[in-house]
Amino acid sequence: MSLLETKTAEQQAQGHPIVNDFSIVAATVNGSGSQTANGVILRALFKMGIPVSGKNLFPSNIKGLPTWYWIRVSKDGYLGRQEHPAVLVAMNMATVAEDVAGVVPGGVVFYPDDWRIEFGRDDLVFYPMPVKSLLKDVDVAPRLRDYIENMVYVGAVAAVLGIPLEYIREAVSFFLGGKEKAIKLNMDVVEAAYRHFREHLPKRDLYSVEPMDKTDGLILIDGNTAGALGAVFGGVSVVAWYPITPSTSLIDALRDYLALLRRDPETGKATYAIVQAEDELSAVGIVLGAGWAGARSMTATSGPGISLMAEYAGLGYSAELPGVIWDVQRVGPSTGLPTRTSQADLMFVYFLSHGDTRHVVLLPGNMEECFEFGWRAFDLTEYLQTPVFVLSDLDLGMNIWMSRKFDYPDEPINRGKVLTKEDLDRIQSFARYKDVDQDGIGYRTLPGTDHPMAAYFTRGTGHDEYANYSERPEDYFENARRLLRKHNTARKIVPKPVIEHDGCREAIVCYGSVEPAIVEARDILRDRYGREYDYMRIRALPLSPEVFDFVAAHDRIYVVENNMEGQLRQIMMIEMPEHAARMVSVAHLDGLPLTANFVVEGVLEQEGK
Amino acid sequence: MGVVRTTNAIGLTKADYGGRKSTLCPGCGHNSISNQIITAAYELGINPHTVVKMSGIGCSSKSPAYFLSRSHGFNGLHGRMPSAATGAVLANRHLTAIGVSGDGDTGSIGLGQFKHMVRRNLPIVYIVENNGVYGLTKGQFSATADLGQTIKKIGTNDLPPIDICLEALAADATFVARSFSGSVKEVVELLKAALHHNGTAVLDIISPCVTFNNSPDSTKSFAYGKEHANPLHDITFIPLADEIILDDYEEAEADGKKPREVQLHDGTWIRLRPLAMDYDPTDKMAAMRVLEEAHLRQELLTGLIYYDNSRPTMIDSLQIVDTPLALLSEAQMRPSREALERVMASL
Ligand SMILES: Cc1ncc(C[n+]2csc(CCOP(=O)(O)OP(=O)(O)O)c2C)c(N)n1
Ligand code: SF4
Ligand SMILES: [Mg+2]
Repeated sequence: MSLLETKTAEQQAQGHPIVNDFSIVAATVNGSGSQTANGVILRALFKMGIPVSGKNLFPSNIKGLPTWYWIRVSKDGYLGRQEHPAVLVAMNMATVAEDVAGVVPGGVVFYPDDWRIEFGRDDLVFYPMPVKSLLKDVDVAPRLRDYIENMVYVGAVAAVLGIPLEYIREAVSFFLGGKEKAIKLNMDVVEAAYRHFREHLPKRDLYSVEPMDKTDGLILIDGNTAGALGAVFGGVSVVAWYPITPSTSLIDALRDYLALLRRDPETGKATYAIVQAEDELSAVGIVLGAGWAGARSMTATSGPGISLMAEYAGLGYSAELPGVIWDVQRVGPSTGLPTRTSQADLMFVYFLSHGDTRHVVLLPGNMEECFEFGWRAFDLTEYLQTPVFVLSDLDLGMNIWMSRKFDYPDEPINRGKVLTKEDLDRIQSFARYKDVDQDGIGYRTLPGTDHPMAAYFTRGTGHDEYANYSERPEDYFENARRLLRKHNTARKIVPKPVIEHDGCREAIVCYGSVEPAIVEARDILRDRYGREYDYMRIRALPLSPEVFDFVAAHDRIYVVENNMEGQLRQIMMIEMPEHAARMVSVAHLDGLPLTANFVVEGVLEQEGK
Repeated sequence: MGVVRTTNAIGLTKADYGGRKSTLCPGCGHNSISNQIITAAYELGINPHTVVKMSGIGCSSKSPAYFLSRSHGFNGLHGRMPSAATGAVLANRHLTAIGVSGDGDTGSIGLGQFKHMVRRNLPIVYIVENNGVYGLTKGQFSATADLGQTIKKIGTNDLPPIDICLEALAADATFVARSFSGSVKEVVELLKAALHHNGTAVLDIISPCVTFNNSPDSTKSFAYGKEHANPLHDITFIPLADEIILDDYEEAEADGKKPREVQLHDGTWIRLRPLAMDYDPTDKMAAMRVLEEAHLRQELLTGLIYYDNSRPTMIDSLQIVDTPLALLSEAQMRPSREALERVMASL
């Protein structure tokens, strides 16, 4: 049990009411249509002004296996995962024993009243829900019955925790797109359950919610939608992909928003193309072919797809082709846990392909960054003329997060060093791979440029400055050195780390989706253990100069990440061998997002070692 | 006193369509095909800057460096050229893509990408320089090698060959042709027609590897091609400017063989004067049958095997704007600030 949860349990033992500070879990059967019900509860709480986050723990299955939806309610704004819920909605007989065992002492369990089972916990408050009998009175088509059953628990939870019905109604209307008939059907069930609880089941537990003002002006969104929106505002024009969880919804969102926002006003035609390719080899080939010919192009995939893209990634690096590749990480190796989260592709992606390759990798850590890196990736890939990877993960990509509204891009589109016909008229000769500006980045021309000097021969084979085939050792060496120079240019222009430097000797370092757990953990470490740590969240590879300075300024660095081997730490050790001894790994992977408790214990355990 | 230069319709010389010096073996069939591409492009008066040369990996795939130096080239990955070509054409729909591949590149490692490209009907001239072996890795059997064929040091091939044209037909190709690198005129005319086709034009050109697979009993050898190439028809591409000359009709009817005309989407024509048989290239079942029969008889049947201009191309189906996606303006690429506000308000 986490420390925070222990604290909650202590309050509970003392009989204090617990307001806006607990987790709710709905345990359901996959495919039973509980998504809307869970979304409604989450959104209603959010609209009450209470900070929330929603995490869907789902199986790799279409129908029948257990699934859990976690809602964190936190007056303090902590959005990471908790290990144990205080409120359980048990809708899945197959997992109920395990589910009930996990509830914090003094917690609450809702369950269908026709279950004849022993729960074996006398410290919990049990509320039977008359699911079948409530539905008897509602006129609902048989095929909707399973789905509508879930609305019973919406009404029950609202009644017991104190969510006003108008918030529920607004949320239901949001999910049903304002369709009056459907809204009424759902609300009839919600209200029937609500009334039943208010009239027949007096509240016996200590958990409740109260309105706050902490979500004003915020939005609820998932990282895949945020990333897709970023790409749309980054001018993406060619998209090629192959379906794979957890990246598919990024493409789904792209398709929706491109259709909405990227039509030619006169002809109604699309200013973009989306192609579902035959596999990821083809998807990345289309992306790099399009990038070569001058279009802003991208794909989204996950581990198995990234593995297939390795050869093309090397071509992109060596032939210097733009293209954006999102890896929404899941658990590997191999098929691994397809519906669970990890941060274990970092090393592979950084060095993807054979030979000496190093890629530019952006590491968003929240919704605003999924959006921002979504558009910025295109400026970077075209400016640097190399593939740019964006490493998200299932926790960021598919779970629901609160966010500030996204800022409109604050820089004009940057298409990089492209020579037009007019530019070519002005110069004597064109050498595609000449380092004119000493930043490692040459000038390119686009196919179709009407000039006898424009053409060059792009190749993955060894070449000289003029892109002609060459096996000369000097040509290879100089070109490889220039590519490293370019990598060092990237170092200076990729997103800088987020740093909180308060003069501590020790620091916690991370990347991506583990931030919420660390925010909470640092408060616990300070408040309960009197230990303070500086903090740095790395936002890109190659590591920025600021990362080197930060590491040098601390005696001990705890690198927290959601993988088995401490991959970020390994990369930092490679890049800063002189500081390797001060980097301590706090890494763990079991498919779930890290918790504050894990971070606290992980750091404390390593203290003094 | 100036030197008289022979130029084409757009004022370029044939040398303007040339490439770097070939590094392939002297006598390699791929070199002839490069020359035929130069001739076709020159005679059609194609603007070299509107062409992109795409290739995979192999001796054949190296050859785009040896023609059309004024066109951008992309020599990518083994078997994965179709995807890069797809991206390039999506980025700029006005480019003319010429893909050069080998039988290994297309028939083995790249069979998947090949068939999906054909299935999408990507506008591209896709040439398979088919020699029955992996030239660049020194002569191993490819997927088009003859059943039972023996090559010294390599052994005997005990697998039936893949027929590139049949694979293309099975994937609903809209232009399928077979030829022999030594049949200069036929290759040039097929190339011209292919360059005017709106969709994937598959040209399976037997192109002898003189170093590893040129023994006369190999169906991919030079001697075999010279002796056995059996053209279905005498093929002539007729550009828009040239009227069909009626004399030809009369002449043709005099020898009892009426030529067939096939019109391409842009109004140009292909005229086919029957030779091996009176063959209708718009009949798909007939196409399958002649290919199967030729295969059984180990006969090198050449010419325009199949033609269909009714299927939409990938570009048609996507309903994209006429402006190349690579050349959109900032206003076309980035929706407005208000658009973002509307999206934010909807969440
Ligand atoms: C992924 C990969 N595997 C293997 C190779 C080695 N390789 C280079 S060319 C080639 C075969 C080429 O045969 P083909 O396409 O028939 O071309 P040819 O040389 O006969 O013209 C192979 C196997 C490679 N380049 N890439
Ligand atoms: S090895 Fe064969 S295919 Fe390659 S260049 Fe020589 S003759 Fe041509
Ligand atoms: Mg070959």
